[in-house]
Amino acid sequence: MNGPNSISITSLLIVSCLVIITLVFSYSQKLKLEKEILISAIRAVIQLVAVGYVLEYIFGFKSPIFTTLLLLFMTFNAAYNAAKRGKAINHGIIISFLSIAAGTIVTLTILVLSRIIVYEPYQIIPISGMIISNSMVALGLCYKQISSDFKNKREEVETKLSLGADILPSSIEIIRDSIKTGMLPTIDSAKTLGIVSLPGMMTGLILAGTSPVEAIKYQIMVMFMLLSTTSISSFIACYLSYRSFFNNRKQLIFTK
Amino acid sequence: MSLLELENVSFENDGETILENISVKIEPGDYISIVGPSGSGKSTFLKLCSHLINPTNGKIKYREKKFIDYNPTELRKTITYCFQTPYLFGITVMDNIKFPFTIRKLAFDKNRVDELFSLFHITTDFLSKDVANLSGGEKQRIALIRSLLFKPEILLLDEITSALDEDNTKIVETVIESLNKEGVTVLFVTHDSEQSRKYANRLLTIERGKIKSLEALK
Repeated sequence: MNGPNSISITSLLIVSCLVIITLVFSYSQKLKLEKEILISAIRAVIQLVAVGYVLEYIFGFKSPIFTTLLLLFMTFNAAYNAAKRGKAINHGIIISFLSIAAGTIVTLTILVLSRIIVYEPYQIIPISGMIISNSMVALGLCYKQISSDFKNKREEVETKLSLGADILPSSIEIIRDSIKTGMLPTIDSAKTLGIVSLPGMMTGLILAGTSPVEAIKYQIMVMFMLLSTTSISSFIACYLSYRSFFNNRKQLIFTK
Repeated sequence: MSLLELENVSFENDGETILENISVKIEPGDYISIVGPSGSGKSTFLKLCSHLINPTNGKIKYREKKFIDYNPTELRKTITYCFQTPYLFGITVMDNIKFPFTIRKLAFDKNRVDELFSLFHITTDFLSKDVANLSGGEKQRIALIRSLLFKPEILLLDEITSALDEDNTKIVETVIESLNKEGVTVLFVTHDSEQSRKYANRLLTIERGKIKSLEALK
């Protein structure tokens, strides 16, 4: 197989016929997804081209302050997106930002201290991207679960409140359930690694010519860091957000 | 001094008036039966009294002090609400019986548990039973035991015998009557007209969100 450096524009144009296959399939099956497929394909190309040039430029900066600012920007964007999944949650953006930031800081610190990576943009930014985006997805799942549980398990919460329980013991099952929901996709994916899928980073390294035995070391690191970051972020987000479902008189708020 | 007092209390939900201008004084030791057609606002009345919801208008006072001046969780330990459909959480009966001790950070009192189980004619073997395998009557009795492990000052009962057979109803009625004799104030929502007059000293009738009458029975 040729390495990624040898991919020519002509080869990419030929590969773009895969999008046409998708379009034909959507049209023939009346899925009405043609517009979305086209937009997403064009957006992906533009975004990736832009990010390729931006990263090349950014990697040139060796300033840790600049790298940190970029991480903050990425975290804020992820927090903004995750908060959209939890409209019933007060200060959703702040809670999401704190949760994602905590997960990222702890995980990156351990990775840097263990000397697996160095605090250089070319390593920190792609790794943080993986960490932050996984936290964002985990938080979205947590918020969806916690909102639906507070709606569907109203009876359980009110029963506990009526016994004189504070809001934390009244919500603890819902909190645990929501943390689990945020973490399960990462745990499931860890269980099937190498059996069902060869994940992105490992595939990328192998395509770039790294030996599979070397590539698995990176994949093991990625899996551990994703497990850690999704658990930290989900834990903090759920424990900070459950209060939004109660008023100051410790009554469950009616949610639609 | 009234134990509980509702002053011009109204409650609205989604623009719909559920209760309107309710004023009533509940005295210590009262046993008040609350009757009225379905949807008249009886359950909402009890939920307001247990501070599970706030009135849209008006005031509720406990021992002359407004509800908002109390810590809500402490208030609910004193004024306990029992739901029409009992909800047992966790896996076993023990999970439910332990809960009131856990939230008070107190050790499990086996003697108190044995005493209540015997009052409700349930053997303590039930503690290890899976809540999913209990009958409606058993669930309601366990839920009542859970609410009575620490004797409340006011007991709010929302049609708790509506799904029980005659024997279970009798057991529950006897326990409630004896608690009232021991000084627990009882507010009992019921659809059974005979039951409403059997033990109560007052009968409160609510219709279309308003008090229709408050009649002395004894």
